[in-house]
This record gives sequence, structure tokens and C-alpha cells, in this order.
Amino acid sequence: MANQTPLPDAPTAPHRARHRAALVLVALLATLGLLAGCGSDSKSSSTSATTGLTPTVSGTVNVFAAASLKEAFTEAAAAFEKANPGTKVVLDFGSSSSLAQSINEKAPADVFASADQANMQKVVDAGGISGSPQVFATNSLEIIVAPGNPKEITGVADLTKSGLIYVTAAPEVPIGKYAAQVFEKAKVTAPTPSSLEADVKGVVTKVTSGEADAGIVYATDVKAAGAKAEGVVIPTDINVVATYPLGVTTEAANPEGAAAWAAFITGSEGQAILATYGFGAP
Amino acid sequence: MTPRGRSVSGRRARRGAEADRPPWPFLVLAGLAVLFFALPFLGLLWRVPWGDAWELLTAPSSIDALRLSMVCSLSATAISIVLGVPLAWVLARVGFPGRSFVRALCVLSMVLPPVVGGVALFAAFGRRGMVGGPLYDWFGIRFTFSTLGVVMAETFVSMPFLVLSVEAGLRGLDRRPEDAARTLGASRWYAFRRVTLPAIRPALVAGAVLAWARALGEFGATITFAGNLPGTTQTMPLAVYLALESDTGQAIVLSLVLIVVSFGVLVALRDRWLGGDPGAVNG
Repeated sequence: MANQTPLPDAPTAPHRARHRAALVLVALLATLGLLAGCGSDSKSSSTSATTGLTPTVSGTVNVFAAASLKEAFTEAAAAFEKANPGTKVVLDFGSSSSLAQSINEKAPADVFASADQANMQKVVDAGGISGSPQVFATNSLEIIVAPGNPKEITGVADLTKSGLIYVTAAPEVPIGKYAAQVFEKAKVTAPTPSSLEADVKGVVTKVTSGEADAGIVYATDVKAAGAKAEGVVIPTDINVVATYPLGVTTEAANPEGAAAWAAFITGSEGQAILATYGFGAP
Repeated sequence: MTPRGRSVSGRRARRGAEADRPPWPFLVLAGLAVLFFALPFLGLLWRVPWGDAWELLTAPSSIDALRLSMVCSLSATAISIVLGVPLAWVLARVGFPGRSFVRALCVLSMVLPPVVGGVALFAAFGRRGMVGGPLYDWFGIRFTFSTLGVVMAETFVSMPFLVLSVEAGLRGLDRRPEDAARTLGASRWYAFRRVTLPAIRPALVAGAVLAWARALGEFGATITFAGNLPGTTQTMPLAVYLALESDTGQAIVLSLVLIVVSFGVLVALRDRWLGGDPGAVNG
């Protein structure tokens, strides 16, 4: 700091004036650009909504879906777009509870597919769903373990073995709640978890990465993990079958597209795709 | 109310005031920037359920998260200082081949998405990791799902802030006093401690505060690497995220605490340690 570097010459008056003019110009352009951006955006969306020359659906359908639907809905979206040229399905995956909250805070969703009834009900109660939601899939629970089942887990009771690292999801997340119900039904004291993950994918990752030994997840998650994990079946009498409801939002920007998506998912093609990913029929 | 006399000195004073005034586009854009930062916080304040605020704040889960956040972020800052100052010194003073490569490597975690940082930590220190694997198999040491894992994740993402700040401080330093001290017989360590360290104090404090603030807000690497368990690995940001799932009120109150603490420290330290803001003499 103390070394004396000569200061560059201070700008002369005309220089300064030119600088200021340039700045004003930049500021103006920036502001105009912003305004123009907003303007053209709203215009394009309104024209796309009003130029309904063809009766077929078009435009973007924003689908908010539970994290466990990721693989199935991604494939279904591609099939839907192929069947309805000109449509684009934008998928947003997350935990049903946070998605429900986003929708209640007016997030731009056209369709909401929840992994449980409770979170769908939250949106219904807030007046966010037009009509009544319909169940489109079911999902049972399995114990996810490392390939080859090195800890030799055969059932829920084995999860309480000492030294076993068990992870689950937080009780606020549906899968966390369902796992607790399984232990209740099996009359087994739930093991102390090493972590309460924020969503079901967190539980899967902890097991597939080898950090945890076991967790309770959806049958579809075990299928999605492929060779990186193995599933241990939970008997039906103590299993919890999750029902997945789907609804078109009242604030949908593209209600026709949303209705078409709902029909596609509940239709034969959508159901076939869901089945390949381990979902049960409603 | 100045008299309308057009004396030379009056004109000069006016021109001086004009030179201090920024051009209006600057004021408009700067104002927009301030609004952009202020509005989210005002929005949060507006949503605070003031009636239940105290109850939500003193709930055991809140206290646990707050305590854990403080312990972990301060530990991460301490580790960052102990390891980061020597690292910054080496980067600033020692010319060695591949120095820019090493520097980039050591600050990479600052620009990575934190989740990627968490995955990388897994690969190295996880139970099946390169280093973590043998540590677990031979000694039973496990970083994941432990408070130590949280400290590691926070240190990993926050130390670069300290390193960059201290290195810049060292580079901008006039080395003559240090050389003089050495000539006068001071040992290297003595000269560093009594001459260099006081001279880079502003850079060190600024870097430590930034690192601490980053550690306090750490989320992605922590939940990926250390998991989320109340009392063990659930820090404030994780508690906020999970509270959002069930109790928005608690999430907002916890967020407010994080904001107040961070804001308070940033304001206090700016004036106290960084030589203050020359424009704010009266304000």
C-alpha cells in the first residue's frame, strides 16, 4: 500500500461528460431491455393462449410431481409430447409437502401429482384444485439395502439390529410417516435413525452410496436404483400402500393441456408406463 | 438557505458538492439494487407470526439447531484460520510451479454447487470413500451422520473465503517493515506474529467473517454429506428447510434469527475492524 504508484491522470471535463452520457445510455438501454423483456413475454403467452385455431392441446404444461414419480413421469412426458405435437411438459419434482406449499403460494403449476392424500388435501383446502383429485397410481414400501444384502436383512425387525445404520425421512415427509406406520403395524420399536433425510431420494442415496445400511423407501425407488440396491419385500399386512392423487390446479395457465395430461396418465398408455417403474394400478 | 451572492468561494463550494453527487442513473440503479436486497427481508418480516415467535424460537428443536449451528460454524472458522492462513501465506509468498493450479484447487469448493461438494466429500471421506473407507474399516471412524461431518462440510466450503482474503492482504502488504524486523534480529515467526499479522488483520478478520457467514448458511454439502438429525447434524439451515415442510411459522422465525445474527455481525465488524466506511463518519 505504501509504495507510491503514480495515479493515472484524472479525466478531463469533456471525458467525464462523455462517460456520463455513456452511463445514461447504458442505464436507459438496460431499463428499456427490462421493460421490453416483460412486455414481449406476456404478449407471447397471451397470443399462444388465444390462437386456438386447432382444437388439440398445445403449449406448456407445468407438472408438479412427487419425487418418486421422476423416472415414470419423465418417460410419460416424452410419450405425451409425441402424441400431442406442439406441447411441452415441464416437470418439477420435489417432496409432495413442499410442492403443495409452493402451489398454495401461487407457484405456476398446471397439474399437481402428490405422493399422498394429505398434501393434496392441503391444496384442495386452499381452493387450489379444480374439481376433485383422482388417484392414478399406488406404491408399496420396501426395505432398500446394498446389493447382495450384506447385512442379511429379511424383514422390518432386522432393522433394529445393533450396529446397523438406518436412515429414514423426516416425519413431515410422506415416506417418513409411512415408515413409522410400518413399524407400528409390525409392533416393532422403530430403530434410531442416523439421519432424517429431506426426501425419499435422500434415503436412497445414503444407501446406494454405502453410507447407510438400510432404509424404507417406495418399491419404485428400489427399481429405479437398478443394480446399486436391492429390495426386501415388506409383507402386505404391515405394508403401507401410498395412493397418488392428481389434480388440475384452479390457477392453471393451460387448463386444456393439464386436462389432457391427467387423461393421458390415467389412460392405458400412462398406466403402462407407470407399471414398468413399479407402480401399482389405483 | 444560502444567500444568492455569486462569490467565487460559493461557486467553488457548489461545484464541490456536485462532484460528490453521483450521476442520477447510478442513483436509480443503486436504488433498484438496494430494493432487490431489502424486499425479501421485508417480506420475511411481514410473514413472521409475532404472536408465537418466542414459543417457536425456544422450542427444543430450535435451540438444538441454533446451538449446533454456532458450534459447527465457529469450529469451521477456527479450522479455516489455522489451516487457511498458512495456505494463504504459501500462495502469496512462495513461488512454486503449479501455484495457480493449487490455488484454483483450494478455492474450487467456493464456486461449486454445495451438493457437488457434498458428493465429493462422500467419495473421499464416506464410509466407502477413498480415505474414509480404510478409516472406518480399521478404526471405526465415521464422518457421515456425525457433527464432525458437519464441521468438515462447512470448512470445505468456507475456507476459500478466508484464503483469498488473507492472500490478497499479504500481496498488498509493504514488506519493508517485515524485512526491517528480520534485519534487526527478529525470528521469522516473531516477525510474522508481531509485524505481518497485525498488518493483515483487516484482511484476516474480513476473511474469517465471510468464512463464518458462509459456514453458518451451509446447507447443500451438509445435508448430502452429514445427513440431517436433530441435535447431531441438523443445523439452522437444515432445520429451516424441514420446518418449511410442516410449520412455516417456525421456518420463518428460524430464518429471522439467522438473518439477525449474520446481519448484526456484518454491521458490527465492518466499523470495528475494517477501519469503517469513510463516507459514514456522521451516519
